[in-house]
Amino acid sequence: MADTAILIVAELRDGAASPLTRDLLGLARELNAGGAVAAVLLARSSAAAADLIAHGADRVYFCEVAEDEYEGEVWLSSVEHLARTIAPRAVLVGHTPAGADLGPRLAFRLNTAVATGCVGAAVESGKLTFTRPCYGGNVRETISFASAPAIATIKAGVGSAQADAGRRGEIVPLIPREVQRRTRVIARERDASDGKRLEDAKVVVAGGRGLDGPEGFRVLEDLARVLGAAVGSSRVPCDLGWVPHSWQIGLTGRTVTPDLYFAVGISGAGHHMAGCGNAKTIVAINTDPEAAIFKDARFGIVGDYRKVVPALIAALKTT
Amino acid sequence: MHIVVCVKQIPNPEAAFSMLKVDEQAKKVVPAAGLQLLMSPFDEQALEAALRIRESAGQAKITAVSVGPDSARNTLKHALAMGADEAVLVSDAALEDCGSEAAALALSHAIRQLDAVDLVLTGRQAADWDAGIAGCGIAELLDLAVITFARKLELAGTTLRVERVLADGFETLETELPALVTVSNELGEPRKPSLRETMRAARKPLAVRSAADIGLTATDIESVATRRVRERLYVPLKSGVCELMAGIDEAAQAAALAHALREARLI
Repeated sequence: MADTAILIVAELRDGAASPLTRDLLGLARELNAGGAVAAVLLARSSAAAADLIAHGADRVYFCEVAEDEYEGEVWLSSVEHLARTIAPRAVLVGHTPAGADLGPRLAFRLNTAVATGCVGAAVESGKLTFTRPCYGGNVRETISFASAPAIATIKAGVGSAQADAGRRGEIVPLIPREVQRRTRVIARERDASDGKRLEDAKVVVAGGRGLDGPEGFRVLEDLARVLGAAVGSSRVPCDLGWVPHSWQIGLTGRTVTPDLYFAVGISGAGHHMAGCGNAKTIVAINTDPEAAIFKDARFGIVGDYRKVVPALIAALKTT
Repeated sequence: MHIVVCVKQIPNPEAAFSMLKVDEQAKKVVPAAGLQLLMSPFDEQALEAALRIRESAGQAKITAVSVGPDSARNTLKHALAMGADEAVLVSDAALEDCGSEAAALALSHAIRQLDAVDLVLTGRQAADWDAGIAGCGIAELLDLAVITFARKLELAGTTLRVERVLADGFETLETELPALVTVSNELGEPRKPSLRETMRAARKPLAVRSAADIGLTATDIESVATRRVRERLYVPLKSGVCELMAGIDEAAQAAALAHALREARLI
């Protein structure tokens, strides 16, 4: 049977489909109107399969593996084999540490190509196209494929999850491929985080070089507490050691898509905006009225955050 | 121990964006005359990782390899000045603007011609197209173990231990050599060339190879480069409508902002 499905590689978080995976299923349904959407689930159990079906998968290929976390060699061999078998028109993965590893490697194994870090996807004259930032987020390129399958790693904010608990789909078991293991994971360390997960937060407060030091982030944490927000950073404070690297939002860091994004002391360079440009509303606080961030922001205050942020906290507390 | 570091010459990524012109017709980015061409910063970090391994291992030969125009010699000279021992430039009209997949093909062919390579390092992505494809591609084409987004590399005998960056932490992986590792900015600052190394660099070998020299025809390159089609290249439009909060002081401006956010039902 000729199959022109779009295949999603599912990632789990705490045993359930990750929000980005759900978004990708929604995106695949949109792009493949009338066509099939398949998902491949590599996990300890098939528990998340129902969730994948509810979010748009017609078929879930379940491959039982030793752990839910991404392991390159294990995932690649199974996804490669599946892609050869069902010949999808596209394979979509999240632009995560897993997807950004899997996508390019899969492309070479299947003698095709890959579009990485995509912020847009569409169908143009029947062709799938993917739009991605380049040149530090200042330029966009739109890519199509002359080889199959098209492979794309996709950032948050492109598709939107559509849940329908009544949807039906089938679960197809996939036998794990024998694979020669050349890399082994010894340990994983997650940052202890008492705040909200950046990717999930509806409100994000982020600081940049303009904070002049780590103590600036304490002020932002106060603001975040009032707003119920998560705190992030542009790259410079991470590289200078003011905050952990895992706080970094941008091209080489995390991608956030909150409803409300506060950019404090952030100039708004393209490589930072690549990680937050899909926020619904951006508020900029910066001493430099010429800062590029004011071109992205809907609301702004030109001023010193040391005065503005405490005043804002006070204003937010009064109703 | 032989370490190969793949490096790419790119327009200075820290330069003002106005120094780059986007030619939407030709679908190319054209650097303004006088814009400095440099080694991609992530590649400098890959070379730094190689130098640190050499320091801890006592000895290692480091070869820098690049695909690029003739001017990319300067980037390779910079690699030699940072401490690489030898350099190879693959330069060919057929490889101009060829894309990551074809660049990986050329680099894999160039690396195959080198003596007993134990470790290949690349930057996590080049800071021009930001693709992050070539490193993985070289590994797949050479059938090497691969670890991406490294922030730390340690060698014990022939076992390589790598800390790989995750969204909210890191994982530690081990692999036996040979292997390929892509290096992330979390590795830390690369060293600056010393005057002594810069002087020595002038006498280090820098070989230039054509596609034919590394066993590739224009058709080989084209068949890979044409898998992906650039339909459009453009500068995204920005709304540019920012409402600046008026007020005599920060308190008044902050109060105006709180009011505006409430009005817009954003909080």
